[in-house]
Amino acid sequence: MFESPERLALGLLTGIVFGFLLQKGRVAKFEVIVGQFLFKDWTVVKTMGTAVVVGAIGVHVLVAADMASLHIRPALFGGILAGAVCFGIGMAVLGYCPGTSVAACGEGRRDAMVGVIGMFAGAVVFITAFPLLQPIINGLGNGGTITLPQLTGTSPWLWVAGLVSAIAIKANTRNREKLVVEFNNGN
Amino acid sequence: MANPLFQKSWSPYGVGAGIGMLSWFAFASADHPLGVTTAFENSAAQSARAVMPTIEHSNEYFAKKAAEGKPLKIGWEWMLVVGLFVGAFVSSKLSGDRESSIVPPLWRWRFGPSAFPRLVVAFLSGGLMMFGARLAQGCTSGHGISGTLQLAVSSWIFIIIAFTVGTITTFLLYGKEGARHV
Repeated sequence: MFESPERLALGLLTGIVFGFLLQKGRVAKFEVIVGQFLFKDWTVVKTMGTAVVVGAIGVHVLVAADMASLHIRPALFGGILAGAVCFGIGMAVLGYCPGTSVAACGEGRRDAMVGVIGMFAGAVVFITAFPLLQPIINGLGNGGTITLPQLTGTSPWLWVAGLVSAIAIKANTRNREKLVVEFNNGN
Repeated sequence: MANPLFQKSWSPYGVGAGIGMLSWFAFASADHPLGVTTAFENSAAQSARAVMPTIEHSNEYFAKKAAEGKPLKIGWEWMLVVGLFVGAFVSSKLSGDRESSIVPPLWRWRFGPSAFPRLVVAFLSGGLMMFGARLAQGCTSGHGISGTLQLAVSSWIFIIIAFTVGTITTFLLYGKEGARHV
């Protein structure tokens, strides 16, 4: 029924830090998430982009040091495609994603609370319909638990380096734009 | 300098770096990526089995999970979701950044101030989103952050399609005008 108390405590601690960060990062807000989809507010992309780059460095170091293993979801193309379309529509209409819905409940948002109840209902529908969904999930083949480095026969470090330089270039252009603005303002 | 714990917002780059490092912690301490929706699927399966015990034999889901060595338990993932709520609650209490309104301003501008339609749609769209996440085996956390940082092919495909569809849906709902009301 329950995992060990240590794992429960670890999960709780990790979740508290996660929820704290999402709330301080303002990403548990309808207006910020929908604002991203309207290209008005870039908070979501900045936050996720930085998380992916920083996370990729450390996780690949941990895996190289044999202190953790990769957990790759299979590329079941039918399930990924149909799932991503349902997910994108649902997230845009609700204005929260699953993690930020729960964080938005913590912030007091009533629409997110009803959204979370709906999420549970959606999971029940998925479980109940699971046998009927197999043709959709497996319909377009299974690419397996494959990574981009495996697919292209390249080193994962090349990809990590690519992600880091993408962020570095972005930060650099941003600083230069700032300098130009300051220059034009006579500073 | 003001205590950052009482501030309403932190830099997105700082928060992103924090979430990235939290991923290291999750991999190192629990050998588990950050993810939210598996816990919902697990709870739904346990509830379905409690309400209708025959489902364990009639529905291949349960045999499949048992074969994968993933017994239905309340575990790390479940507590992560509880923690998410607690962490956001504490953060918003410390800074006073609480929001108890039902209808967000942009929704009000487009669909009116009535709470009932917003809540019905929130229920349905939350359900559709979760259904999609379980079809694809991941969400913004499981695929969008944890999967992409592991350079998983499935996750990059998922997040690109999901965010493209999300953008199209949002423009269909609110149009270009919408940006002026966020």
